[in-house]
Amino acid sequence: MKDLLISEGRLIDPASNIDRDMDILLRDGRVVEVGGPRSLDRSGVNVFRAKGLIVAPGFIDLHVHLREPGQQHKETIATGTAAAAAGGFTSVCTMPNTSPVNDSPEITCWMQAPERGAVVNVFPIAAATLGSMGLELTDFAALKDGGAIAVSDDGKPVLDDAVMYDALRTAAALGLPVVQHAEDTRLTAGCSMNLGPTSFRLGLRGMPNQAESGVVERDIRLASELNAHIHVAHLSTIEALCAVRKAKSAGVRVTCEVTPHHFTLVDNNVGEFDTNYKMNPPLRSTNDRRAMIEGLSDGTIDAIATDHAPHAFHEKQVEFERAAFGITGLETAVPIAITVVHHHFQLPLWRIVELFSSNPARIFGLDGRGTLAVGSHADVTLIDPKKKWTFDASQSKSKSRNTPFDGWSFTGRAVATIVGGKVVYAE
Amino acid sequence: MNPRDHSLLGTDQLSASQINSYLKLARQMDPRRPKPLLRGKRVVLLFYEASTRTRTSFEFAAKALGATTTLITAGSSSIEKGESLIDTGWTISALGADVIVMRHPNSGAPYLLARHSPVPVINAGDGLHQHPSQALLDALTIAIHKKSFRGLRVAIVGDVFHSRVARSNAHLLSRMGAEVIFCGPPDLVPDISATIAHGVTASHNLDAALQGADVVMSLRVQQERLAGKQISVQEYIAHYQIDSRRMKLAKPDAILLHPGPVIRGMELTSEVADGPQSCVLEQVANGVKMRMAILATAFGKGRA
Repeated sequence: MKDLLISEGRLIDPASNIDRDMDILLRDGRVVEVGGPRSLDRSGVNVFRAKGLIVAPGFIDLHVHLREPGQQHKETIATGTAAAAAGGFTSVCTMPNTSPVNDSPEITCWMQAPERGAVVNVFPIAAATLGSMGLELTDFAALKDGGAIAVSDDGKPVLDDAVMYDALRTAAALGLPVVQHAEDTRLTAGCSMNLGPTSFRLGLRGMPNQAESGVVERDIRLASELNAHIHVAHLSTIEALCAVRKAKSAGVRVTCEVTPHHFTLVDNNVGEFDTNYKMNPPLRSTNDRRAMIEGLSDGTIDAIATDHAPHAFHEKQVEFERAAFGITGLETAVPIAITVVHHHFQLPLWRIVELFSSNPARIFGLDGRGTLAVGSHADVTLIDPKKKWTFDASQSKSKSRNTPFDGWSFTGRAVATIVGGKVVYAE
Repeated sequence: MNPRDHSLLGTDQLSASQINSYLKLARQMDPRRPKPLLRGKRVVLLFYEASTRTRTSFEFAAKALGATTTLITAGSSSIEKGESLIDTGWTISALGADVIVMRHPNSGAPYLLARHSPVPVINAGDGLHQHPSQALLDALTIAIHKKSFRGLRVAIVGDVFHSRVARSNAHLLSRMGAEVIFCGPPDLVPDISATIAHGVTASHNLDAALQGADVVMSLRVQQERLAGKQISVQEYIAHYQIDSRRMKLAKPDAILLHPGPVIRGMELTSEVADGPQSCVLEQVANGVKMRMAILATAFGKGRA
C-alpha cells in the first residue's frame, strides 16, 4: 500500500495538545510524520487534500450492537462496520448481547476474524457473567487474552451487589473497565418509556430516573471501595450525572458516555407512539437533556457513544409496548454532535474530537489510538464541520432503518474515514 | 380521502367544534328508528380484549345505520397464530371492510393500525391510553343535563392511572372549558396526572374534590390493581368510596356517571349507584346513539 499524505487540513489531536494546520504522513498502518503545511516530502505518495477539513484521530464508538453472531437479520459485522465507516468511526466496541452471548474467548476471537468482513476495527466487550444472566462471572483473563477490552452485561444490568463487587474486583486486577447498563429492572418492569407527563398522557408505564441513578450510585460506591474502573453506559438522567460528577471530584475511577439521542431528543418526541423513539434508557425530560449538554460542556461526560441498536421492520413496526428497544446511530452520531453540541451549544470542535477519540481510547485502554502522534495507528477521521446535508435512512449502510433522524438536516459530518492508512469511506 | 381524517383515535385530537358536531349528530340518532345511512357498508369489530358494552353498543349502532358487522376476537383468528397488527389490518381491509373498530390491550395500537390501514379506524379503547367513544357518550350525557360545559366542575374519582376513560374525558372536558379534578389515592392519581390537559388538577381528598361538583364521574377500581400499593381495600373504601353522605357534597343537581362495569361496594355504594342522581343506565343508552354518530362521521355522513 502506498503512503498516504493528508495535506492542508486542520489537525486537532487533543492527546498531543495540537490544534493547527498540519500535514500527516501515514505509512504501513502508522502515522510516521507530522509537520507544517506542505512541509512533508510528497514524492511517491498519495495525497489527500484536506483543505477546509478537520483532521482528527479516528473516532471510536464505545457502544454498538453489531448483532453477529445470531441476529444477522438486523445487522452483521460487515454491514455494521460499513455504517460505522460512513459515520466517521474507525473503531467500534461491540456489546456482547449476541446470540449466543459473547461470554467466551472463542466468540470474542470469532468476532474479530477477518472472515467477518469488518471495514473498521472491532473491539469486543465481553459478557461479565455467563450468558449475561447476572449470576456467575465469565473468565475475564481469558476474555482479555482473546481481545476483549471491557466486560459488560449490556442490556441487562448486574444488579446483585456481590456479583458486581466480584466483577469490579476481578476486572480491576486485569485493568479492564466494567461497563454497566444502569437500570434497576425491579423499578422498570413493563415500562416502555420515561416516567413523566408524556408517559401518563400516552398511558404507557414509565421508567423513573431513580432506576438509573440508584444503580450508578451503588456502582460508584463499590468501585470506590475497590479502586476499580466503572464505566456508565448511555447515561441519561440528571441524578446519575450528578453522582458521576461528585464521584469524579472525589477521585473515584468512574467514566461515562452519553448518546446523541439523549442530548438531542426528549420523551415528548415519542409523539403518537413512534417506536423509532423507543430505546433503553428512554428519552428523558427536557431538564435531563439540558443536563447532558452541561455534562458534555463541563467534562463530566467523557465520551459520546451511539448505542447503535439495529432492529428489523417487523420488530419495530408493532404495538409500542411490544416493540424492540433501540435505534441505529452510527451514521448520525457525528453529524448530530457537530450540529447540536458545536453549532448550537457552541462547544469547540476540539471538545467534539476529544469526546469521540482521545477520551474513548483512554477509557478503554486502546493504546496507540485516539491520537495522531507519530507512531500511533493510522486511523483518521476527516470532518467537514460546515457541510450541509440531509440524512436519508433508506441510503443507510446498516441493514436496519430504525432511526428517528430520517430526513433530518445537519451541518457537519465525516467526509472520509481512514483505518490503518486505508481509506474505507470517502463521500 | 385520507382514512386518517375519518378515524377517531383520541379525544386530544378533537376540536370543540368537532365535539359539538358529534353531540349534535348523536342527539338526532335513535336506535329504534334506523337510518339506512350506511346500507351495504361493512364494519369490522376487531377486539383483542374482552368487552361487553362497548362491543355490543358499536354493533347495535352499526346495524341501526344499516351496516353489517363482523366480530373478530383475538382468540378465534389468525391473531392467535402470531399475525402482526399491521398484517391483520391489511387483511381485513382487503376482505372489504369499510371501517375498523378496534379494542386493544396496548396503548397506541390504533395509531399503528391507522398509520397502515387504508380504511378509517375507530378506537374502542387502547390499553391505559384512550377510550374516545366513551368520553363522547359521557359528554352527551352531560350535555343533556347541563346547559354548557364551560365552567362545569367535574370530579373524576377512582383509579385514574389505569383508566383510559379518565384520560379521554380529561382531554375532552378540558377542550370544552370544564374544570376536571382527578381524585384518588396517590398511587392511582399521581400528581403528574394533572399535566394531561389545561384545567385539570389532582386531589387526594375526596370531600374536597366533590365539594360543589356538577358532575361526579366514578371509575372502576379493581381490587387486583391495589395489590402492592400503599392502600388496602378497606382504606380505599374508607377514604374514596362515594356514598350518600359524600354525594351530598356535590351540587344538589349534580349527576353521577360511571363507565361500567360498576363494582358495587367498592367505588360506589348501591344507594348511590341506584340513586336519583345516577345516570349510569342513561349513559349506556346514550352510548348507542353516540356510536351511531361516530360511525356516520367515519363514513363522511357527519351531517345527517
